[in-house]
Amino acid sequence: MNANGKAATADLVLSHPFFVGLDPTLVAAMSSNAEERTYEVGDMLVREGKAAEEFFLVFEGKIALEVGASDKPGITVETIGRGEILGWSWLVSPHRWRFDARALKPTRVVAINAAAARYALAAHPAFGYHFLMKLLPVIADRLENTRVQLMDIHGV
Amino acid sequence: MASDTLYPFGRPHGATNLSPHPYAPRPFVVKGRTQETGDTVTLRLSPQTAGDQLSFRGGQFNMVYVFGVGESAISISGDSGHPEELVHTIRTVGKVTNALTALNPGAVVGIRGPYGRGWPLDSARGRDVVIIAGGLGLPPLRPTLYDIFRQREAFGRVEIIYGARTPKDLVFYEEVQTWRQRTDLRIQTTVDAAGRDWYGDVGVVTTRIPDSRFDPPNTTAFICGPEIMMKLTAQALAQRGVPTDAIWLSMERNMKCALGFCGHCQYGPSFVCRDGPVLPYRTLAPLLAFKEV
Repeated sequence: MNANGKAATADLVLSHPFFVGLDPTLVAAMSSNAEERTYEVGDMLVREGKAAEEFFLVFEGKIALEVGASDKPGITVETIGRGEILGWSWLVSPHRWRFDARALKPTRVVAINAAAARYALAAHPAFGYHFLMKLLPVIADRLENTRVQLMDIHGV
Repeated sequence: MASDTLYPFGRPHGATNLSPHPYAPRPFVVKGRTQETGDTVTLRLSPQTAGDQLSFRGGQFNMVYVFGVGESAISISGDSGHPEELVHTIRTVGKVTNALTALNPGAVVGIRGPYGRGWPLDSARGRDVVIIAGGLGLPPLRPTLYDIFRQREAFGRVEIIYGARTPKDLVFYEEVQTWRQRTDLRIQTTVDAAGRDWYGDVGVVTTRIPDSRFDPPNTTAFICGPEIMMKLTAQALAQRGVPTDAIWLSMERNMKCALGFCGHCQYGPSFVCRDGPVLPYRTLAPLLAFKEV
C-alpha cells in the first residue's frame, strides 16, 4: 500500500465510532498495518479455531457470527453491522477464533493487525487502559444480550 | 339496549355497538383461515347477523368463544377501516386456542367485545413513532399500523422493530415484506437464532434500538410482546431518552369477564381488561420491577 493509501486507511480507522476519544497518534500507530477490505455475501471473514491475527472495524454491511458442530449446520447467534467491532479473540490467549464470521451483505471493514495492536497496548499502558475501557462495554453488552436471548424474550 | 345496569363499572372504551347483554356472545362465521406459523393461525370472521359488525381501536381485544369449549381473550389484528371483517391471530397455547386454531371456514364462534383501551395513537400525532413487537406481539399492533399508514403525514419518522425466536416464527411475513417497500417506514426484523438461509439480524429486539433513527424526546413508543421483552425494551427506550409517559405497553393477564367485575386480570391497582390492556410505562415501571405480580 502506498503512503496515500495508508493515510486514507488511518483516517478511516479514526472515523470509526469505536476509536472516537482515543489518542489519534497511538491509534495510528496501532493501525499502521491496517487494511481496508470488502467481502461479498457469503464470504467468510474468520473461521472458528483459526489463529485470531486481526480484528475488524465494520463500516458497511452485516456479518453473521455462527457456531456449530461438524455434524450440524452453523447457527447464527448474533449479527454485527456498521459502526461495530468484530473480534476480541486476538486479545485473549490462546488467540484463536471462537466462532465463524460470514458476510450477510456486501461488507466493508478495516482489518487491524493483532500483533501490532497488542504491542501498542502493552507499550502504552494508559492507551491500553482507555482502549480496554472502550472494549469492555462492547463485551458487557454482548454478554447481557446473550443472557437476554437465553430468557426467550420473543417467545409466547 | 345496553344500560349502566349492565355495565356498572363503565362501558368498554370506544365501544359503540356492544352486545345487548355484556355476557352474550354474538355469532360470527369463519370466512377465512391462514396458517401463519406452525402454531399460529389468523381467522377472518364476519357477523352472522347483518349489522353486527364491530367498530374497534387498535390494541383492543375480544372474548372469543368456541361453543362447548370455552372463551379466550384475543387481540384484534385486522384493519379498523374495514370493520366488516373481524380478524384475530391466535397461537395455540391451551384448550380454547387449540380449538380456535383448528376451525375451518364455515364454523361459527361467539364474540364479545371489543374491550379495553387501545393504543393512544392521537398522543403520537406530530411525533416519531417506534413500534416494537416480540413474537405474537405484532398482531395487536397491526391495526394501529394500518391507521398510521392511512394518515402517514400526521406522524414523523415511523420505525418498526420486530423480533421472533426464529425466522419460522415471524407472523405476517409476506405482508411485512410489502411494508419494507415503503419509503416512509423503516423496519428492522431480528430473530434469536437462524440458519444460513436468514439474511436479517440476529439478536434480541433491544439490540436494534441503537441503530434506530427516531428522535427520543419526540418519540412515542408502542410495545407488545412477552412481558420480559416489554420490560427490557421499555427500559432501553427510557435510557435512550424516550419519555416514560410516551412509552406504552400492552399487558396480558388472565381475562375472564373482560368487564372489570371478576378481578382475574388485576395487576396492581388496574384491571387489565378495563383499564388496559394498553398502559403507560410510567405507571407500569414500579410493578414490572417485581417478579410474579
